[in-house]
Amino acid sequence: MVISEEHLLIRETVRRFTEKEIMPLAEKMDREHWWPEDFFRKWGELGILGPTISEEYGGIGSDPLAQVLIIEELSKGGGGVGLTYGSHANLCAHNLYKNGNETQRRKYLPSLCSGEKVGALAITEPGAGSDAVGIQTSAVREGDYYRLNGTKMFITNAPIAEVMIVYAKTDKEKGSHGITAFIVESACPGYSVSRKLEKMGCSCSPTGEVVFEDCLVPAENVLGQVNRGVAVMMSGLDIERIIVAGIALGVAEAAFGASLKYSKERVQFGEPIANFQLIQAKLADMYTNIEAARLLTYDVAVRTATEHRLRKESAAAVLFTAEMGTKVCLEAVQIHGGYGYMLEFPVNRCFRDAKVMEIGAGTSEIRRLLIARELLQ
Amino acid sequence: MIRETVRRFTEKELLPLAEKMDRESWWPDDLFPKWGELGILGPTIPEEFGGLGADPLTQVLISEELGRAGVGVGISYIAHANLCAHNLCENGNDFQRQKYLPPMCAGEKIGALGLTEPGAGSDAMGLQTRAVRAGDYYRLNGTKMFITNAPIASVMLVYAKTQAEDGRQAVSAFIVESGFQGFSVSRELEKMGAKCSPTGEVVFEDCLVPVENLLGRENHGVAVMMAGLDIERVVVAGIALGVAQAAFEASLKYSTERQQFGRPIADFQLIQAKLADMYTNMEAARLLTYDVAVRTATEKRLRKESAAAVLFSAEMATKVCLEAVQIHGGYGYMLEFPVNRYLRDIKLLEIGAGTSEVRRLLIAQELLK
Repeated sequence: MVISEEHLLIRETVRRFTEKEIMPLAEKMDREHWWPEDFFRKWGELGILGPTISEEYGGIGSDPLAQVLIIEELSKGGGGVGLTYGSHANLCAHNLYKNGNETQRRKYLPSLCSGEKVGALAITEPGAGSDAVGIQTSAVREGDYYRLNGTKMFITNAPIAEVMIVYAKTDKEKGSHGITAFIVESACPGYSVSRKLEKMGCSCSPTGEVVFEDCLVPAENVLGQVNRGVAVMMSGLDIERIIVAGIALGVAEAAFGASLKYSKERVQFGEPIANFQLIQAKLADMYTNIEAARLLTYDVAVRTATEHRLRKESAAAVLFTAEMGTKVCLEAVQIHGGYGYMLEFPVNRCFRDAKVMEIGAGTSEIRRLLIARELLQ
Repeated sequence: MIRETVRRFTEKELLPLAEKMDRESWWPDDLFPKWGELGILGPTIPEEFGGLGADPLTQVLISEELGRAGVGVGISYIAHANLCAHNLCENGNDFQRQKYLPPMCAGEKIGALGLTEPGAGSDAMGLQTRAVRAGDYYRLNGTKMFITNAPIASVMLVYAKTQAEDGRQAVSAFIVESGFQGFSVSRELEKMGAKCSPTGEVVFEDCLVPVENLLGRENHGVAVMMAGLDIERVVVAGIALGVAQAAFEASLKYSTERQQFGRPIADFQLIQAKLADMYTNMEAARLLTYDVAVRTATEKRLRKESAAAVLFSAEMATKVCLEAVQIHGGYGYMLEFPVNRYLRDIKLLEIGAGTSEVRRLLIAQELLK
């Protein structure tokens, strides 16, 4: 696959930023569940918050591949970094761009692209995970507003977001045809982040439970059309899967790079452990699977720019990459032996970060069922 | 019956504290004394020294039941009861056994094993800590790493290099008390899992160990080390079994309670297949481990058998814990749910007490003899 000069430049820029500004803080971010406040502003200055958004709204007018390359590089500084970035730039900003009207785009995109405001996406609820259309949050029209009531769960960026795309039921009788997407501002009365969630990994990414209690959302904040929210949701899923694959790639690459280095430095039985066949086999398998995952992911990313239905392709990319990520990170800890188990070594963080990519944005099981359904159509 | 006793203790006294022990890397002070009262600190040690005078299988069952509360509880227990007390009993003279075993069985003194060093992990024999005879003492110098219980232990079995008469380097085993001059725990280590188990780096700086604390014969420390390894492996396998069991039971329960698409997720084939695989592999691991445990009571050389049991059990348990988190979905990833703690814990057992790689090489070595 040939990657353009422009893409390589973007990748290089983000790589340098990650090495200089994120990696030195990564251990502290993980241990303290800390999100550095100035990251979004710095990312805004770097111009990476709206890669798929046109320049007139503050983006750089590039493509999904650029988005993937950015998130891959950032995720070398931690899966949580990728999650928070992706939820803002893709789940929120990109979806708002694709589905918003001119007023909404002009109102929200510039500040999302500059990093002044942080974005998020809220679908999942305590009782609606894999069964995403089983959501219960209600939205009742009242004059110029919709009154929202319900709870959202596992929402990345909720504790820091000011702009959130929220899915709610506008017509309980119509099942999946009764869901509407809304742009909700954190300042809306009746909106609150009831608690911050503590996770096994991706700790730096602020995750929250969101409660809507008679939350009044202006009617002009309907995103797309009333009762057509599922179309909004589905239209973004192919790219969303690729983004998650990008995070898994970055995490796996960081773990692999550390393992390669460690195996050359660590001496046992009078030689570097890299001399031993069992270690060599692990390194070879890690490399091979990362390469396969990367090329599958990049290829689908490129295609999402022009093709509209890449459901099994994108599901396959994220299914394969996420599972590869967990395996690579497990082997990375293994290669590091006892040191891999110590918090002061990054590889166990990579492992703790990687597992969630098999769950969030569609579990591996759902991904498998989606692929099968597409195959059997 | 012992299993039942330990299970009840674990459910009543350990499980309620397990989350706090993990979050705060907290080892409850009264745990070893309570275990002493329960009588489980010396299952393989003769009753005359305060032990139960039971067999290795009993030791494995105890570690399996404790393992349900997590790897940290399991490894702190076995570092004391097996790595230290059992080895001391097997290789010690009457004076040493009489002095150290009763307080260890009572939980008044906590034991540890000091073998691994920063530069000597899989290559255990590459250890650098030296012990030089000086009158009525040995003077020890060196550093030990990843030592379970170091921050709380008062009795430590330490391996160091001594010089044989012909000038060759050999290994000797010593019983070192934390109160000896020159012994210090330089730092406590923070781990990804098994956090409640206090782990430390130990420094010996002209540490004076009385001659009577030499364990076994001088320059024959390797024999001391090797003699204990078969049982050590099955006991570690026991912990893996306990953790896997806890993760599996949580998953079984959750899958019948969690509803999606209008039904319990246990109705779905993909979930059913996971549960079936978890069960099947756990059963295989358990029976392999128990069989080897029983055999260690009477057979002296069970190297490939014990290595196979722990290799299989540890890798099985990691896979079971990965699936357990997966079955719990997003909730499995939250610290407030125990399953991710099991996953963070279990990976250690593929590494400590012999990495999976070393276990494989041992087995191959035995097969190819």
